[in-house]
Amino acid sequence: MAMKRNRERGEPEIPSASLPDIVFQLLIFFLVTTTIDVDKGLDLVLPPPGDVQIELAKKNITNILINDAGQILIDEEIIPVEEVDNIVRNKLLENDKLVVSVKTARKTKYDIYIKVIDQLKRAGATRISLAEPEEA
Amino acid sequence: MAIKIEKKTKMKIGIPTASMPDIIFQLLIFFMVSTVLREYQGLKVSLPEASRIEKLPTKRHVTTIWVDRFNNAVIDDVSIKKITDLRGMVYNKLVVDPQLIVSLRVDERADMGIVTDIQQELRKAQALRINYSALPTHGG
Repeated sequence: MAMKRNRERGEPEIPSASLPDIVFQLLIFFLVTTTIDVDKGLDLVLPPPGDVQIELAKKNITNILINDAGQILIDEEIIPVEEVDNIVRNKLLENDKLVVSVKTARKTKYDIYIKVIDQLKRAGATRISLAEPEEA
Repeated sequence: MAIKIEKKTKMKIGIPTASMPDIIFQLLIFFMVSTVLREYQGLKVSLPEASRIEKLPTKRHVTTIWVDRFNNAVIDDVSIKKITDLRGMVYNKLVVDPQLIVSLRVDERADMGIVTDIQQELRKAQALRINYSALPTHGG
């Protein structure tokens, strides 16, 4: 009945039978082009610019040095990467104001640096300072 | 026997399909909103692995710097010839978008020298929020 009335008035209708098909095509396009995840990583906030030296008590700083051979030195001791987590964790338990300073050489590989930063994150160190590398 | 089966198949219990377009529309809208088309090609890098990785909170306020294993640096498909140019480039981006996060997609074989230089330039440009792109560790 309704159709009839429309016809009588002469109103043209857009055919909507193929609408689901069109929507399906769009859906498939977006499904294929979407990349979920990918951008994951380690967050870090850099210290503000300027040579403002923040005075820190010596006892509140732990220096981690990484040389160009990928060796890690904490408190004058060479240790493997996997140990950084435990050592820093223990240090944080002793002193919760601890600032961890990471210093690399210019030829240090990025891989080992990320491993150390990752270990520090595991240990729960939130105050991470990046020291400028020494010129070789 | 055969007759019995025929009878059963003739019983029609249809799944209602009237709301199917609506469901598809919802899916469509979800994917449309979540899609960010790849804007930049970048460089070919093999990212390091890390366990404590976090998702970038947003994709819209991110600018990416690639560094490949030959220590070439590229920011949003503009190659950085002089590392000191980076400061101005990042600063301009930061003016447009104060919530900027710089994602560093650095090859695991790259040297720390260039990474440090980039970080120093970012500090000077006041772009302090950075993210080291990494892949999840296998089996950990």
